[in-house]
Amino acid sequence: MTASTPQTSRPAPGAARLVDLFEYGLDAPICLTWELTYACNLSCAHCLSSSGRRDPRELTTQEAKAVIDELEAMQVFYVNIGGGEPTVRADFWELLDYATAHHVGVKFSTNGVRITPEIARRLAGNDYVDVQISLDGATAEVNDAVRGPGSYDTALRAMRNLSDAGMTDFKLSVVCTRHNIPQMDEFKALADRYGAQLRLTRLRPSGRGADVWDELHPLPEQQRLLYDWLVAHGDTVLTGDSFFHLSAYGQALPGLNLCGAGRVVCLIDPVGDVYACPFAIHDEFLAGNIRRPGGFAEVWRESELFQNLREPQNGGACASCAFYDTCKGGCMAAKFFTGLPLDGPDPECVQGYGEQLLAGRSKDRGLIPKPSGDHSHRTSPARGPGPVDLVLTRRPDRDRPPVGDCDEHPLAGMSLPRGG
Amino acid sequence: MNDLDSSQAQHIHPDGIPSPDELIEADDLIEEISIDGMCGVY
Amino acid sequence: MTAPHLDRAWDLHPQVSVRPEPFGALLYHFGTRKLTFLKDRVLLAVVQALAAAPTARAACAAAGVDDKDMPRYEKALAALHRSSMVVERNRLP
Repeated sequence: MTASTPQTSRPAPGAARLVDLFEYGLDAPICLTWELTYACNLSCAHCLSSSGRRDPRELTTQEAKAVIDELEAMQVFYVNIGGGEPTVRADFWELLDYATAHHVGVKFSTNGVRITPEIARRLAGNDYVDVQISLDGATAEVNDAVRGPGSYDTALRAMRNLSDAGMTDFKLSVVCTRHNIPQMDEFKALADRYGAQLRLTRLRPSGRGADVWDELHPLPEQQRLLYDWLVAHGDTVLTGDSFFHLSAYGQALPGLNLCGAGRVVCLIDPVGDVYACPFAIHDEFLAGNIRRPGGFAEVWRESELFQNLREPQNGGACASCAFYDTCKGGCMAAKFFTGLPLDGPDPECVQGYGEQLLAGRSKDRGLIPKPSGDHSHRTSPARGPGPVDLVLTRRPDRDRPPVGDCDEHPLAGMSLPRGG
Repeated sequence: MNDLDSSQAQHIHPDGIPSPDELIEADDLIEEISIDGMCGVY
Repeated sequence: MTAPHLDRAWDLHPQVSVRPEPFGALLYHFGTRKLTFLKDRVLLAVVQALAAAPTARAACAAAGVDDKDMPRYEKALAALHRSSMVVERNRLP
């Protein structure tokens, strides 16, 4: 990448298509992902932020509110709050109310652990809140193998509570894997049963996802099944535009078919670091930190990384491919964390070019970039069907850093929901 | 001028068929997409 | 959905947020989760004038839309109405 001047090059005003303007980036994001905490009650095998333990440096309530003030001033339409499990932060509901009162909409992703009937009623009464329940299997067997025992029941209880509270069109959010691709119709039926909207997204080799990507990512023939299923369901099923690499099968899928990283979206992590996107937590994609003078706005507008992402990209090895217009070489993070060059094909390129490159990689996996942070629980991870009861116990921790009046325990301030 | 709706609909979808993707309004002044239609959000 | 007549009073939907941009504006509807791109600043001025104007036609005039351009803006307003970005303003009791 080359150094660039502070001013992003821009197309002339009156350009014809939104996608062309978005490619050059905006003065403020349309929306952004904000991970409030790395603490999580689960240890999902494919967690893209390697979450588990709270980082003692995470933003305080006051710092978080200052971020919201800044997003309001920049007119960011809404934030996608995630984590970790964001609802285990003791101030989560306070921050949610603060954001929506300041005209910043909130969609938050949760495993459902704190969505009690009472909370569900509160959420249903706020027009500026959307909830996304994570579930990676339409059956407990498939889900819990990845997300841990009991997580299926927790998610379904949360969906029932939201539905009973009258909340409609909340999202049932599924990361597509080798094991759940055959369950698409079941997921759709599950979403319909609770008045939810199904949202399918792509498994990225990010965070702990890098460790399980080889065994979980859809097989080539499953990619075709998924594409056909998505085409058949049109815009009744959301995808976060995450499958634009599948457009090379033919007809483009709904969405802009555009990588929004650093152009119209980004990630703020729990300690205030700003990354190009939530799938790219690595120093290579770190644009700055909101705690520095200038705050988030300066990172967004001035960072050299983001300036570079807003320059016209050349297709590299993909430029001569007939499908480059819609596929655009696929996902930057997927390439990066599988050790492939960023200006070549996606590892899941449907033309098979990615597989050839993967096969030709060095056998030394140490050369593949690792995510920058690892907040995984130090207890045994939730791999396979084994029990993960250790996750909910206090961690015997001899080197805990001082954290003032913040409790490091991921479930600080949490009262477990009673029954359904 | 009294028959605005049908003429508008024809203008926006010249074939009378809504576009299959989410760019459901793409004329010279406006364009509409779903907020979910940008990659980089989980 | 039939758009209200231009000689009625219109307004932005209360759940719509307007963000001016160098190339026009972005409108976001928190209820439908749709994003609409206004491709010119005149249309932005029309939309911003709706609330205070007695009619949509008056809002267009206030924004400097001349008779020749009216059909384009009528069409854009009707499309915005179809997606609930703008609504007919309730008449006072």
